[in-house]
Amino acid sequence: MKKQKNKLAGLQKRKAISGYVFISPFIIGFLVFLVKPMFESLYMSFCKVELGAGIFNKNFTGIANFKYIFTVDADFNRLLVEEFSKMMLYSVAIMVFSFFVSLILNQEFRGRALVRAVFFLPVILASGVILGLEKNNSLMAQIAQTIELNAEGVSITGALESLLRTAGVGVKAYEKVFEVIDNIYDIAIASGIQIIIFLSGLQTISSSMYEAADIEGCTKWESLWKITFPMISSMFLVNWIYTIIDFCMRTDNEIIKKISDTMTMLLDYGTASAMSWVYFVIVIVFVGITSFFISKGVYYYD
Amino acid sequence: MTKSEAKKVSKYANFWERNKKSQGYLLQKTLMGYGISIVRFILLFGMCFLILQPIFNKISVSFMSEHDLYSPVVINIPEHFTADNYYLAAELMSYKEALKNSLIVSLTIALLQIAMCTLVGYGFARFNFPLKKFWFACVILIILIPPQTISSSLHLHFRFFDVLGIISKVRGETINMTGSKLPYYMMSAGCMGLKNGLYIYMIRQFFRNIPGDLEEAAYVDGCGTLKTFLRIMLPQSKPIVTSCFLFAFVWQWTDGFYSKLFLGNTKLVSTGLARIVDSLAAYMMRILNVKTTISPSYANCILATGTLMIILPLIVIYLFAQRAFVESIASTGIKM
Repeated sequence: MKKQKNKLAGLQKRKAISGYVFISPFIIGFLVFLVKPMFESLYMSFCKVELGAGIFNKNFTGIANFKYIFTVDADFNRLLVEEFSKMMLYSVAIMVFSFFVSLILNQEFRGRALVRAVFFLPVILASGVILGLEKNNSLMAQIAQTIELNAEGVSITGALESLLRTAGVGVKAYEKVFEVIDNIYDIAIASGIQIIIFLSGLQTISSSMYEAADIEGCTKWESLWKITFPMISSMFLVNWIYTIIDFCMRTDNEIIKKISDTMTMLLDYGTASAMSWVYFVIVIVFVGITSFFISKGVYYYD
Repeated sequence: MTKSEAKKVSKYANFWERNKKSQGYLLQKTLMGYGISIVRFILLFGMCFLILQPIFNKISVSFMSEHDLYSPVVINIPEHFTADNYYLAAELMSYKEALKNSLIVSLTIALLQIAMCTLVGYGFARFNFPLKKFWFACVILIILIPPQTISSSLHLHFRFFDVLGIISKVRGETINMTGSKLPYYMMSAGCMGLKNGLYIYMIRQFFRNIPGDLEEAAYVDGCGTLKTFLRIMLPQSKPIVTSCFLFAFVWQWTDGFYSKLFLGNTKLVSTGLARIVDSLAAYMMRILNVKTTISPSYANCILATGTLMIILPLIVIYLFAQRAFVESIASTGIKM
């Protein structure tokens, strides 16, 4: 009995071996191209790296690099704070937007497939280099400005904005909302996958639940909060993590740009590694803490 | 509905009569229905326009001559219709060559990545082995780690490439592999390419949802694991494999990060586009023999044209395979 416990027998053993054979590419790749570089870059972040013709030396300098990026480097702290606050604001906005859109797209109407295709289009088109180029395109901004100027006075959002500003209640909070609304394009193009994930969650809810609630006299609003929301709460967790990771890895992220500039232009590998480690640890901690709190609220039906 | 009830309904065929019978409820409900669909139409139309507008704008700008860009009268429809921008952008990006290179690189990389990811995903879905949870956690880890974190040491890793110190013993020095395509193919073979963790995850979810009866029948009949996988499971997994392949292809096509890191010497459309403004400046200098500054408007016009040219193949792919893209994510049933 004891022998069997220690050693997988017969078919089980064969299956375990073939399982390892199947995932061996991943294991090898993981060890060679991820674990090793990761430790190396962790070590490099504590070193001063000198790169010459055919040689490179790593001199251990302790936490000098970290000291440098936090106390000497002019941009890093500022960029970190900026990107981080932007990330929080945008992630929440993306979640709300994609939830809202997926609720609409879950209804039956004509042309649904077309609209769904349009919303998913940015996942294909606004990726990689294109996204970074889109950002500082002054010609497009100019066109937008001309259109805006021509339509002066008829902008609904502008009127609403001034109305709410003069109301003087919670001006700070409104500013954030205005910022989000002004950048709705960025949010719309970043929420393609999230919409699809929410949609797939919505489609798993059986309609009999809504019918039962309807017969009992539940309004649509109530059934949204009492049925839809709990049933797809696990999707919120998935989407939240995906959104943050996606935001952190976008090529138009200022910190990512800064890191790659430090590395490729200044050839300062030590500092670049230290920066990326600081950034990575902060993001992982943030993801960990927030998803812990979200997972507390997740309701599992089965 | 019984027959007598059906007769009752048809008796009040007139809408207003029926409305009266229901004490105004019917009218209210119909109006609400129309109202909701109108609001929904406006909202969705606005949002679709929001997403598509930059593409339309780029199309209109790409046909403008430089004169039109500054003319305050011209906004969307070019006055002097010209295709010169396309010729210039094509020359600056060495479009033909870059297109060919990109096609080859994206195709081979996507094929390699998906082949490996399918194997790994299948292994995770169908076999029980010790430390399975640990390895799967590693898959999640590679989704979470931004490749930028390790990019610096990866670069050095391939700059001074060595396998367990063997190569330096034989050749006396390490191999400089930067600039060659080989490192990236090696990484792809090890499932460490662009977003490969995500593909593994999606493929695993798909295989987990397939009932295992067929597979067991194959085992009973004496089919080996590899043969079972190739003959029985792979044909069933066509939808997920094609859509992962499409994702891999498209994302590789537009990728700037890995392309810059590993394929710097190869002319690709993505890196060509990233450099297009600089190449425009160099081109101007070459033909005019004086250092000139290019107007930002014109630079952006060329940029828009270049962008259109590289997304055109993607749009064509998307038009044909839209279902595969959208439904792959929906059907895997991502759950945590």
